[in-house]
Amino acid sequence: MELVVINIIDGLVTGLLLFMLSSGLTLIFSMMGVLNFAHASFYMLGAYFAYQISSITGFWMGLLIAPVIVGVGGALVERYGLRRVHQFGHVPELIFTFGLALLIEELVQFFWGKNQMAYESPETLQFAAFAIGGNSVPAYKVFMIFISVGIFLGLLYVLTRTRVGMVIQAALSYPRTVEALGHNVPLVFMGVFGVGTALAGVAGVIAGPVLGTFPGMAVVLGSIVFVTIVIGGLGSLWGALVASLLIGWLTTFAASYNVEFETILKFFGMEKPEIMSESALRDIWTLTLPQIGPILPYILMILILVFRPNGLFGKRDA
Amino acid sequence: MNSSISEKASLPQRNEFWKLVFPWVLTALFLLFLPVIFASNSALTIMNQMAITIIFALAYNMLLGQGGMLSFGHAVYMGVGGFMCVHVMNYVEINSAPLSLPFLPIFGGLFGLGLATLVGTFSTRSAGTVFAMISLGVGELIAACSLIIVAFFGGEEGVSADRTYMRPFFEIEFFTQIEVYYLTSVWLLISALLMYLFSRTPIGRMANAVRDNPERAEFLGYSARWVRYYSFCASGFFCGIAGALFAINFEILTEENLNLATSGSILLVTFLGGVGVFFGPIIGAVLFTLLQTVLGLYTELWQLYLGALFLATVMFFPQGFAGVLVSHAPAARNGRLGSLFIPYVKMAAPSAVCLWSVAGLAELLFHARHAALGEEEMVYFGINMLSTSVIPWTVFGGLAVISFGICRKVAPSVLEAWDKAITPKGMAQ
Repeated sequence: MELVVINIIDGLVTGLLLFMLSSGLTLIFSMMGVLNFAHASFYMLGAYFAYQISSITGFWMGLLIAPVIVGVGGALVERYGLRRVHQFGHVPELIFTFGLALLIEELVQFFWGKNQMAYESPETLQFAAFAIGGNSVPAYKVFMIFISVGIFLGLLYVLTRTRVGMVIQAALSYPRTVEALGHNVPLVFMGVFGVGTALAGVAGVIAGPVLGTFPGMAVVLGSIVFVTIVIGGLGSLWGALVASLLIGWLTTFAASYNVEFETILKFFGMEKPEIMSESALRDIWTLTLPQIGPILPYILMILILVFRPNGLFGKRDA
Repeated sequence: MNSSISEKASLPQRNEFWKLVFPWVLTALFLLFLPVIFASNSALTIMNQMAITIIFALAYNMLLGQGGMLSFGHAVYMGVGGFMCVHVMNYVEINSAPLSLPFLPIFGGLFGLGLATLVGTFSTRSAGTVFAMISLGVGELIAACSLIIVAFFGGEEGVSADRTYMRPFFEIEFFTQIEVYYLTSVWLLISALLMYLFSRTPIGRMANAVRDNPERAEFLGYSARWVRYYSFCASGFFCGIAGALFAINFEILTEENLNLATSGSILLVTFLGGVGVFFGPIIGAVLFTLLQTVLGLYTELWQLYLGALFLATVMFFPQGFAGVLVSHAPAARNGRLGSLFIPYVKMAAPSAVCLWSVAGLAELLFHARHAALGEEEMVYFGINMLSTSVIPWTVFGGLAVISFGICRKVAPSVLEAWDKAITPKGMAQ
């Protein structure tokens, strides 16, 4: 029982972290129709900037300043890069963001090298918040949950309760009409792109100390984030939330329960081959759940796309 | 670009026919005599690698350029074809089955085709973003599986085979690099020709139509989805051939042949070369392989430069290198190609200086940040300099600013010359 609770908490942390990335990505997608391939790269930039700032002024200033820098950078990319490519169509836009992701990874290696950075959580949070059945939960994890939930509530409030949020929501579905009503839609686009990348930056700042700050961190998380928003339904914020939590729990639980495929196959009445090394299916017999944990999201995505192409909550044809 | 179709319909005319055949004969002769000039083993290896990349890039362009489908996981089809070929080679070695090496790519192609027919059933339902996402997901899935299913993919160290144990082909056992080169070249020629012919068939033409306007194609009675599906399968087939040639050349396949980095680099190659023209990916593959091998020798930062080049291409020349070449055709028709020469030189000289000095700054910065402590000397284009001294920084910085200023000043006159050159005679304003 204790293990279940611990896993629920761990999965929640992973899921909320994913949500911080996928929410921005899905907002950007529903506004501009462009899937920002470089989204995870902004997450990486957030972690690196925060590391650089925290080495001078400490963690908390990094948490404040790094996302702002990332957001401004994102807005500039939208203004001077994406808007230029937009005229060529959606595929070149996608290729542009892909190239950007490549370039950002190279730039990060250029400035900080290939090794992992010594970016650590603040000392004030380096204690065990509480313990469940002998497993202690670090305070930093609780802090991560609070930050993510806070950001989610803030986002929800801005989007549904404020004037700016109304304009954004309207611009999501009818950009031309909103423009005709006198709103500066390109500016809204730039703002949303900036805020979306800033959210990714926040995720990077708080995930850097836990998941490690290294040049590959964008690739590690990048494709999972895409999978998340495809599962949730492209353009749906609630879908992004549900899919993020689902994937968070799925991968966490898969990693901690050592279910062997042997038992499952025997349950279905299959005979274990006598000489393992000669059987072509030997890998299936020796598989364990933690081994296939990392590929579960992809399998889920393919299943979703086959049986429900719009994703869980997607309205538009995916 | 798509000149009137009626012109192409009158194919049987003798002139037309030779116009079609001539470039291929020329290419064949070129491939035949290339090893005479570049005879060393390392050159042959590079050329083989080029040939494989060309086939892969052309197959990729069947989707991206001709079908309008952007795939982020295309390495998988080449990789799986290659993995299967390694297993076929091992099978032949153990059971001494009657199969000789030159026919192996057929197997690779069939396995690539098989995987594509499977994945295509759900991935080609729509083009654009969704197709890109599914291709990414499938690619990542198979790449991740390669570390789990060790029996087939060989885990971290991959699977390997020995090509020389296949049945000899007319006494040839493919011990030497030159024999492999000719095998690769023949397959390069065959697959390039087949892919070109595919683009001229009705299904190839329909792929273009579906790319440009799927709705209209549907109204004409064609299922956009099936047209995409056929293109996808054909592309998978040729990717498999490329994979087989990879297996023959390197005799080992690893997870690296399947992952996102490989898929991304083929997108880079194809886009740099130009997606709008059939021979674009060929130029891209040749350029990329050269850049990779030559630039990689001189600088650690080659990937950074490549990334910057790629991004600049997407932003300023979305038609790629071949597209830029082809856009000179009107000027050539007007007989005004020569008038562009001097403006181009005027533009190229300051741009080259600008690039040179910016790259110099990058190298300086990189050296200053990452060199071992106390090691201050570095070499850039044969010039020794200290990355800690102020002089190289100011020189490069100054040169960059000045040459950039000159570029901006020259640019309008170059554009003017360009406009003049592509305006037909007698239509001058």
